[in-house]
Amino acid sequence: MSSGLYSTKVKNFSTKLDLTHLKPYGDTMNDGKVQVSFTLPVKDDDRSLEAARQLAVKMGLDDAQVSYHGPLDKEFTFYVVYGNLSHSVDINSIKVNTIDSDVMDMHGIDEYIKDKIGRKLVIVGASTGTDAHTVGIDAIMNMKGYAGHYGLERYAMIEAYNLGSQVPNEELVKKAVELNADVILVSQTVTQKDVHVANMVELVELLEAGNLRDKFILVAGGPRINNDLATELGFDAGFGPGKYAEHVASFFVDRFTKIGKK
Amino acid sequence: MKSKLNLNLDLVAKARKHAADIALDTQKFIEQHTSVTIERTLARLYGIDGVDEFGVPLPNILVDHIKNNNGLSLGVSVYLGNAMIQTGKTAQEIAESVSKGELDITKLPMADMFEIKDVINEIALSSANRIKANRATREEYLNKYGDKVGPFIYVIVATGNIYEDITQAKAAAAQGADVVAVIRTTGQSLLDYVPFGATTEGFGGTFATQENFRLMRKALDESSQELGRYIRLCNYCSGLCMPEIAAMGALERLDMMLNDALYGILFRDINMQRTMIDQYFSRIINGFAGVIINTGEDNYLTTADAVEEAHTVLASQFINEQFALISGLKEEQMGLGHAFEIDPSLKNGFLFELAQAQMAREIFPKAPLKYMPPTKFKTGNIFKAHVQDALFNIITVVTKQKVHLLGMLTEAIHTPLMSDRALSIENATYIANTMADLGDEIEFKSGGIMAKRANEVLASACSMLEEIKKDGLFKTLEMGKFAGVKRPLNGGKGLNGVLRKQDGYFNPFIEIMLKGAVK
Repeated sequence: MSSGLYSTKVKNFSTKLDLTHLKPYGDTMNDGKVQVSFTLPVKDDDRSLEAARQLAVKMGLDDAQVSYHGPLDKEFTFYVVYGNLSHSVDINSIKVNTIDSDVMDMHGIDEYIKDKIGRKLVIVGASTGTDAHTVGIDAIMNMKGYAGHYGLERYAMIEAYNLGSQVPNEELVKKAVELNADVILVSQTVTQKDVHVANMVELVELLEAGNLRDKFILVAGGPRINNDLATELGFDAGFGPGKYAEHVASFFVDRFTKIGKK
Repeated sequence: MKSKLNLNLDLVAKARKHAADIALDTQKFIEQHTSVTIERTLARLYGIDGVDEFGVPLPNILVDHIKNNNGLSLGVSVYLGNAMIQTGKTAQEIAESVSKGELDITKLPMADMFEIKDVINEIALSSANRIKANRATREEYLNKYGDKVGPFIYVIVATGNIYEDITQAKAAAAQGADVVAVIRTTGQSLLDYVPFGATTEGFGGTFATQENFRLMRKALDESSQELGRYIRLCNYCSGLCMPEIAAMGALERLDMMLNDALYGILFRDINMQRTMIDQYFSRIINGFAGVIINTGEDNYLTTADAVEEAHTVLASQFINEQFALISGLKEEQMGLGHAFEIDPSLKNGFLFELAQAQMAREIFPKAPLKYMPPTKFKTGNIFKAHVQDALFNIITVVTKQKVHLLGMLTEAIHTPLMSDRALSIENATYIANTMADLGDEIEFKSGGIMAKRANEVLASACSMLEEIKKDGLFKTLEMGKFAGVKRPLNGGKGLNGVLRKQDGYFNPFIEIMLKGAVK
């Protein structure tokens, strides 16, 4: 924008943190500062620049400033916009469905299983459906684990079977029954057009049709999975990015004892 | 070229010799066998295309027909050549008759084998000439516009819809991409047929079909002409239809193909016998068509640890090099794969990456090495991801990697948006330009961290190859030495499509193409 890089306008924000009107923080309490970037399918000129700014205003950004714009092709333009968000939320009124088990480490989990369950737990995991990516299931299950967090194969009290990628739901269920599994882990890494949702629903339906749903603790994981989504689809829990084997294992050992499985 | 890493060249030679022995040993097995997809490839190269009323490709119908009549060990060429003599019809007309149930080509009286070969050789030569003409067209473009100096900027498109892919690909070309790869829909590698026609539905990618190849090649030719640069097109000839896709790519002038049996075995659970057999013919076709192949060693490091398992990448590159040579690929067509996948929290991790990339460059001096970006330690923090990609781009330029597969700041979030790709290309071209000749200016400390690292990796790779030579390649795969993945000899997908050739079997393209491979 030609209006200069720095805004010298005096802003009258209340500088007190108000949890009932929570806003983003840039460098001053309640300034509401956010950055968004997007592409418009039109050529890069003054009119499209104004269109980008107006879109930002409609998103609820006061003082929207297009800090950068550049063509991606003849008829596509990229924008980076900064602005002050006019919206706020009342964080005190928010209820979320969090997984309430305490997170233990590998050693703690092994001890817990030894003490409270008294036998090894059998875990079957797979990246299911058309998903060819094993990075998620490997991170949770492989011996090596991920970023220093050992995977379930390394746990002394867990017998882990990683079936790999592109495993059909039918095969996963068959294998889980065959191995007499306690827990089924499903990974969904690459998803397009919400195919992961359909795939997860199919698994639950398959288990229910076979009267098997109560036999297993059913857990999903992946970049687009969260606990709300997973439980809504009929899973026992869902884990999103940044969760490791110990988070998943802490959950299922706790659930296992809570529901009184043997 | 003087080694900047003081590589032990005797060890390099020894490792290469082991790999040659391993490949030759496996090659004996390969040459005794054929597969359903190899036979379908031949059917395609004889001009058979299209689908029946249920969408089943005619090459599948014909080959299954012969297989169900227990004739496939003799090969499609014999039956088809004979049927052409006996009926006077073209290959396509014969396939159509078989599809309608009007003709059983395994029950016709057999003509003289010499005569059959004559008929088949004639159509084989004409289809080989069509591929040769494509190669010439590519060379014309490259002569006219010159070829890219420095790394090829390689980006993917993956919308699922070929027409949307074309929009994205043309934008990417305009932004500076040199190679556009159309990612295949997930699961296509496990299909034992190639879908037909233009497609607009796919998950995480777009079906590889001959028509999609043609549409994209045409679009990128338009971009090439507008931009005055030849834009290469890449697809995937891996999975259960390796040679068929190679043939389609050769017929539609694709320039680059992912083509690695080891990848299919380890990461797609494709039966090892099947895919090694398929790979041989697919590489012959790629060699003849002037296609640069890409191998999949980079994937080992997304599963196993990039520091501990670096030697498995090098060992596999040596093996892939030897299999490629047997198939008539020259070194300039071998895009051997590796990757920048070391945990960013590791102290001096960048030095290890730099050492490993420089090592690959020195060991395979003519190969257009394919260098893959960080993916495993991308977390959704796009800002850090852009820095990770910048570090990767620096190594690409400094060590002169050739096929530069750009990382995306939104890795682990979604398939690339148009703007993601543009930001990546901007990042890569900035670094390629500002550091263009840095590699020639720097030398590494003798006996330093990097020289030590490279020689360690080389020594481990060499002893691994020695082990593999003792056990054989198949046994090694059964033991899980690559990527920590174990695969049984008779497990995985596609084994029932493998056949032992019987006396009289012939495939005219092996001779034609090996003779005419790019010199």
